[in-house]
Amino acid sequence: MTGKTLLGGVAAAGLAVGVAGIGFADIRTGDSLVINGDLAMITEAPAPEFLQDRVTTIYSGWVFRTDETRAMQADDFDNPAMLYAEQGLTAFETAMGSEGKSCASCHENAESLAGVRASYPKWDAEHGAVQTVEMQIIECQTERMGVAEPYGYDSQAMRNMASLIASVGRGQTINVAIDGPVAETWAFGEEIYYTKYGQLELSCADCHENNYGNLIRADHLSQGQINGFPAYRLKNANVNSVHGRFRGCIRDTRGETFAVGSPEFVALELYVASRGNGLTVEGPSVRN
Amino acid sequence: MKRQIMLAAGLMLAATSLQADVVAPNDVVANEYGEIAASLTGQAGNPQRGAEIMVSRAAGNCLACHQVSALDEFAWHGEVGPSLDGVATRWDEAGLRGLIVNADVMFPDSIMPSFYRISGYTRPGDAYTGKAPEGELSPLLAAQDIEDVVAYLMTLTDY
Repeated sequence: MTGKTLLGGVAAAGLAVGVAGIGFADIRTGDSLVINGDLAMITEAPAPEFLQDRVTTIYSGWVFRTDETRAMQADDFDNPAMLYAEQGLTAFETAMGSEGKSCASCHENAESLAGVRASYPKWDAEHGAVQTVEMQIIECQTERMGVAEPYGYDSQAMRNMASLIASVGRGQTINVAIDGPVAETWAFGEEIYYTKYGQLELSCADCHENNYGNLIRADHLSQGQINGFPAYRLKNANVNSVHGRFRGCIRDTRGETFAVGSPEFVALELYVASRGNGLTVEGPSVRN
Repeated sequence: MKRQIMLAAGLMLAATSLQADVVAPNDVVANEYGEIAASLTGQAGNPQRGAEIMVSRAAGNCLACHQVSALDEFAWHGEVGPSLDGVATRWDEAGLRGLIVNADVMFPDSIMPSFYRISGYTRPGDAYTGKAPEGELSPLLAAQDIEDVVAYLMTLTDY
């Protein structure tokens, strides 16, 4: 797919307009997303070097969505996901656990974590493992705050907190490390990305590398970028985690999914996040 | 590709002679090109029912990936696979049946699902539950469904 651009998808779609009678104007490139009138996002960027032989340009999922969905994300008062980030902020400032600490006890304010989202998943030397933001939150709760029952990996409270941490990092350029101590995990994630799962035998690449911009029935396939997560989906009217979305994708291949927080999904998250190196953190975003 | 591909014409004839019975997924006989000459059921396909299967999201959902002008009264035709307009001029019945049963034989790089194959998968699930399957998988379509879809596709002679 070297050199493939969305224009190819638009041209192909144009041929089908008379048939399906639908508007294809929503997969157009060149528009810019500016949040609240002053926070500029990078929604198109040259693909990271390791990807250049397959994909030349990377696109945020925002590019593939309708005008209405795009607009919702451009203003925090219109973005329903910000309500979840606000709930995360309340939790951030509330003491929990036997140590009597809140997140703010150590981190002062949420903005002090502005650099987190853009660099995760990342290597945790103390634990000798790749950690996601969710794993880091659980670590803080259990190892520093004395929380007996930390947030479930995909719980509402976790998705709220993850939404907060993404929100304060918006506009920062994704820059996830892929070499050094994470190299093995990254390679595992790459292998998963190209494996055809389930009775429909679909890999991530089948839809999101080789068919982005194309309609699959009524939906435009995106590049599967995760820079917008947690993502508020109009489909379920809530913020959704990366692993929750991965699980839904594998389920939709008529496959047996991996669990949220599993080593497979941590590796896949690292790999997919790195395919977005060069885009900006957009979470919590709005998607369909 | 776990399903064996049998070359012998004699076996093809044998399958044909048994066509009163439904051929089970693991017993389907294709030639080296992936073509399947014999009906899977011995019953003629119903093209009208075949069209309904192609449109239905709960059945074949062929429109998820393929555009079909003759079905333009139904919303949303995908762009992932080739248009099926005029498909009957490009393939004969055996070829179309083979493509639906297991497109991987003719097109190893195709992302088209195999609609009548129940083995050789990585982490297959129990339908769309995300859970592990209990017992043998069911094919994506029943044998007669496939015959009906083939019958409909054979009507698509116009571009």
